[in-house]
Amino acid sequence: MADSIAASSPDTAPIVAEDNPAAPPPPGRQEVRVSLLPVASLLVLVLILGLWQFLPTALHVPKYIIPQLSDLVREMGRMWQQENLLMHSVSTATMACLGFALGALLGAVFGYLLGLSPLWEKVLSPYILALQIAPKVAFAPLFIMWFGYNAWPKLIVTILVVFFPIMVNILQAMRTVDRDLINLARAYNMSGRQIFWKIRFPASIPSLMAGLRIGATLAVIGVTVGELMGGEIGLGFLITYGEGQANTAMVFDAIFVLTLIGIAMYWVVAAIETRALHYIPKAHH
Amino acid sequence: MSLAVPTLQLDGVTRRFPASNGKGVFTAIEKLSFSVRHGEFVSVVGPSGCGKSTILNLVAGLDHPSEGDVRLSGEIVTGPSSHVGFMLQKDLLLPWRTILHNVEFGLEARNFTPTMRRERAFRELRRCRLTEFADRYPYQLSGGQRQRAALARTLAIEPELVLLDEPFSALDAQTKLVLQRSFAQTIATSGVTTLLITHDLSEAVTMSDRILVMSERPGRIVEEIDVGLPDRENPMARQAMPRAHEIMAHLFNALHLDERIEA
Repeated sequence: MADSIAASSPDTAPIVAEDNPAAPPPPGRQEVRVSLLPVASLLVLVLILGLWQFLPTALHVPKYIIPQLSDLVREMGRMWQQENLLMHSVSTATMACLGFALGALLGAVFGYLLGLSPLWEKVLSPYILALQIAPKVAFAPLFIMWFGYNAWPKLIVTILVVFFPIMVNILQAMRTVDRDLINLARAYNMSGRQIFWKIRFPASIPSLMAGLRIGATLAVIGVTVGELMGGEIGLGFLITYGEGQANTAMVFDAIFVLTLIGIAMYWVVAAIETRALHYIPKAHH
Repeated sequence: MSLAVPTLQLDGVTRRFPASNGKGVFTAIEKLSFSVRHGEFVSVVGPSGCGKSTILNLVAGLDHPSEGDVRLSGEIVTGPSSHVGFMLQKDLLLPWRTILHNVEFGLEARNFTPTMRRERAFRELRRCRLTEFADRYPYQLSGGQRQRAALARTLAIEPELVLLDEPFSALDAQTKLVLQRSFAQTIATSGVTTLLITHDLSEAVTMSDRILVMSERPGRIVEEIDVGLPDRENPMARQAMPRAHEIMAHLFNALHLDERIEA
């Protein structure tokens, strides 16, 4: 079995060739196509931007429904100068990062604790499932009633949204740790604490990273919903503000910056993941 | 340690499990008695489901007998001990550790300084001819190299007894032959007492001093064969000896392989 794994991924390392003389993929058309991919993606972008600029006027769509691309760029400049775009963006990004960090920390701690106590996991699992299904963003009005129009409601919504995928992923990983690895550590007379830090925890890292990747994108959603509900700061607030003024370009621009924040967070997590999971051979794409 | 006391001794060992349907019990092994002398290489062969893995768990201290005693150098086994090293069909290398750190793994439960751990690990890597792979990760090694690394890890704790549970059965036929010779040499130079659990008759004959043949469940020892061949450190040479073929033919009959219809 071990051999078949090595044989199925010929790019793992040249050393494998000693026992598995796997043929490298034939060069040619395949490689040319792969190198052209970024160019094609870029062409699609240019096409869409071009359509955005010229199609609305050509079809006589009014600016308050779909503004032209140049309107969006102009509005971005105005927001930067007059609406304090930087301050709102920094606020949203900070809240997203803070909520993500706290939610991830809590999710990880609860995931590991429940993973180590199967009894509690069984007792609590129906409620975990219910809470996981409940739409967390719908709690936002509740938190506003409790805490008022400040940073707490959006922070708590973000923590809740991030918490579950990370906790559930870790729980799953803890359940599926190879029993033989645990037995090996037991046979070496290792304590429960040693088994956790040397086997269970490192074995859960791939699932933890997958949970973090999901959490990073959800964090931006959590903060945005919190900001849409009330308050006077953040990109979510700019969206409701722009809506009130029928300033469609402002709404589009705020969404654009929100997406950028989400992408940046995702990139950071993905970069950490690549470093942390360097020991897993990369699959062919 | 006196050489008169066997390294491993099973005395009337029975192990019963609750049946999987919740009713009654099934007996995995029954009144099993055998011993392994210091430095000896003993194989246990038998049909699948004869309780070979139960023996492994009992000797490793991961499980307890329902009746009877398991003794290591005279002392009753009550739990996992640092005197037994075991190896399975799966190499059980930790994918996030380098080969060197994998070999050090078993030493981390002991009061070793990092320098002592490293020296011991390198000694075993040299013995298993893996020194140049010390800083590689398991995925960068072939199946055979990974099993050698697992043996290095097993020997690093200097066990009195090594348990091998079908360590070659996941490998292709050629890698298997090469690895059997490699293991035989390594075990011969380290002088460690070895219990090999296998279903491969030729493997049992070419590698061991003595073979225990088990019956179908509940597992009992139905025959004991003294191999009595030279060159224990070279299974390939033994493979060519006429007596090896006689023993294999005998085992084939003892296990009634020709009469069995279901695999």
